[in-house]
Amino acid sequence: MKLGRFLIPLGVFALLVLFLAVGLNHSREVGVLKSPLVNHDIPQWELPLLNDPQHRLGSQALKGQWYVLNVWGSWCPACRQEHPVLLKARASSSVRIIGVDWKDDDADANEWLTKLGNPYTDVVSDRAGDTAINLGVAAAPETFLVNPEGVIVYKQVGEVTPRDWQNEFLGRLPPELARSAP
Amino acid sequence: MLPELGHFALVLALLLSGLQAFFGIAGAAFGRSRWVAATSSAVAGQIIMVATAVGLLVYAFVTYDFSVLYVAQNSNSALPLLYRVAALWGAHEGSLLLWIFLLALWTLAVALGTRSLPQRFKARVLGVLGLLSFGFLLFTLATSDPFRRLMPAAPDGRDLNPLLQDPGLAVHPPVLYTGYVGLAVAFAFACGAMLEGRMDQDWARWTRPWTTAAWAFLTCGITLGSWWSYYTLGWGGYWEWDPVENASFMPWLVATALIHSLAVTEKRGLFKSWTLLLAIIGFSLSLMGTFLVRSGVLVSVHSFAADPTRGRFILAFLGLVIGGALTLYAWRAPLLKSNAGFELTARESFLLFNNILLVVACATVLGGTLAPLIADTLGQTALSVGPPYFRPTFLLAMIPLLALLAVGVHAGWKRGNLDHRTRGILLTLVVALVLGGAVVLGAFGGRHWLAVTGMTLGGWIILSSLLDPIDRLRRSLSLPRAVLGMAVAHIGVGVIVLALTGVESYTTERDIALGANETARVGGYDFTLAGTQPVEGPNYSATRATVLVSRDGALITTLYPELRRFWVQQQERKVAGIYNRRGTDLFIALGDDLGAGRWSMRAQIRPMITWLWLGPILMALGGLLALTDRRYHLARREATAPAAAAGERA
Repeated sequence: MKLGRFLIPLGVFALLVLFLAVGLNHSREVGVLKSPLVNHDIPQWELPLLNDPQHRLGSQALKGQWYVLNVWGSWCPACRQEHPVLLKARASSSVRIIGVDWKDDDADANEWLTKLGNPYTDVVSDRAGDTAINLGVAAAPETFLVNPEGVIVYKQVGEVTPRDWQNEFLGRLPPELARSAP
Repeated sequence: MLPELGHFALVLALLLSGLQAFFGIAGAAFGRSRWVAATSSAVAGQIIMVATAVGLLVYAFVTYDFSVLYVAQNSNSALPLLYRVAALWGAHEGSLLLWIFLLALWTLAVALGTRSLPQRFKARVLGVLGLLSFGFLLFTLATSDPFRRLMPAAPDGRDLNPLLQDPGLAVHPPVLYTGYVGLAVAFAFACGAMLEGRMDQDWARWTRPWTTAAWAFLTCGITLGSWWSYYTLGWGGYWEWDPVENASFMPWLVATALIHSLAVTEKRGLFKSWTLLLAIIGFSLSLMGTFLVRSGVLVSVHSFAADPTRGRFILAFLGLVIGGALTLYAWRAPLLKSNAGFELTARESFLLFNNILLVVACATVLGGTLAPLIADTLGQTALSVGPPYFRPTFLLAMIPLLALLAVGVHAGWKRGNLDHRTRGILLTLVVALVLGGAVVLGAFGGRHWLAVTGMTLGGWIILSSLLDPIDRLRRSLSLPRAVLGMAVAHIGVGVIVLALTGVESYTTERDIALGANETARVGGYDFTLAGTQPVEGPNYSATRATVLVSRDGALITTLYPELRRFWVQQQERKVAGIYNRRGTDLFIALGDDLGAGRWSMRAQIRPMITWLWLGPILMALGGLLALTDRRYHLARREATAPAAAAGERA
């Protein structure tokens, strides 16, 4: 018992090495996290536009159309990885992609969008993070696909890869939205 | 020919470090005094070989030897001399060589600076250090040889990463690495004690100054890095909780805990196994920092090597060194006994809480840093945890720590009677509260409870740390350097707390777009763009803006922010224009050319930022004062005679 106490650090370290080893050899494959929100109505949300805080956009106004909600932040390296995928997605499909700028600095967010390009049809700002809490966002990026009835049909935790976009998002969208507008 | 000589020097250094490890550890284990004596010779030989290799690589850089791959990748004929030398640690291979060189220097310092240590123990310490050198040299030679030739030689080099072409970054890595590697000494002392199966107050007294020195270097290194990112990354951020920043911050937190727990072990013979564990963890984290940076397992702007072979090697090495040390710990630590007790208000209790809170803070940072990795492994997703996580969790551990600090410095050992200082502690608290409240409400305006808390805590720590030195001077008592050093370092903590509060609460920043002779008002200052002009540097072309800053119509200063485009790598780098006015930085960085003479810019008014750089300097200075305390040198002289006698017997 008394000896066991001194073995704890070794055990913790072994676990850590295991994670590092797996992480090192792991090909980054992104999967789906089961979420209780999927197949339910998206929690009501309404947020000010990033560059026009007088105007707000929310779930009510978006009823009746498909949209993709991507939670990101300029502080988030994984979002940076995901960013080119979203840029391509925007260029090759005509679904509305709304960016929720989460707990971010407005200036940093704008800097990011000008520098790296803006993949969003609309960018709203969730400075306090309330909406993200309602959406059950644990860490950025997270991406939701919402149907015209306001139901979340798919939720992706972590970055969207080109394959995810093809299979999980485009696959669920009606064909006219899945290709770019003529 | 010369680069081959450098490679050969590294091979010899590898052999010598192997001998050093063998003679040191086996010599002590089997009691062979001749083997023990040979350890120091191996140390001397190794430093000569490593220094030769470093010298030859620097020479290759200085003489533009583009037949060496590493030089061709990280230098250019237009690169100024300072950066040709600093390019040594501009990428992976050279950074490793620097690491090895610094480890050899610390080893030499231990060999020369510890004449009072018993011979056997010293041999063990040098042996463990030799083992570390061996691992790093093997890694370098097997996966990252800096002397690899390029056939045929490149006509010109690909240039040093423009972000690194800055005086701040020329010094940041060596200082930080000196701190990282310095923790190896504490680690080796801990392993030495565990191999010996004995650990006493003398051990703590030997280990303490080395740990303090490494900690002071870490403090300076982290601050230099933060300062550099503040003025060159262009947008005025000084700490982003980037994985690599965290990698340097975690060993610092543990080293801070370690220097405090060493104090308890030295004075009271307590916390023995805990101190050993901290010494192991501190160095483990600095090794892991290397791993995280080098292997590319974490996504970060800093990582410059993403090669799984290297990652695997480092991981195996990490597993052997840390796993070995922790196994030794599990075996030996239960043998260490301390029977002394202490009361709740004794200094021991305060230092115990200090340790717990620092380790908790470190654990939260570690959790946040590894969260993406763990999520990736378990849930197969990539995600990031940023400042929204780090800031509140870190504050949660820091606020109680700071409050305990202001009280704890007055607690005595063992009994901890605080009565004689109760008045002083309360008085300084009241004064700090009044001053802090006045500053927040009066000078800055706005009432934010966190700002009042920060200002009060910072002021309280400073005032409270002054009590003891002032009291000693008034009563004409001696003021040992250890006491003075502690006060100075703690005042540094207070200064940092004040600075962070001021900067975080009262920074005004705005993105502005200005055409020629247009003015924007930011935080009471008027920024006027007088014009822009092209400027040619040695290896870059730049746009330099002339920005007039005035307040109430009176010109304060003219700033010249630059946007540099480096020729070879076609990469841009900003150099912000900064003017310091009574501790407040007026900051302007040039953004993008909007056409027709208009530019986007970011203007910031950052109050108290100067204090943010001053605080860590005070902390490091405090450490320096403490480690030059007389008792470490007296002890050395007293101990020389019996140690020499013991050496003869052995």
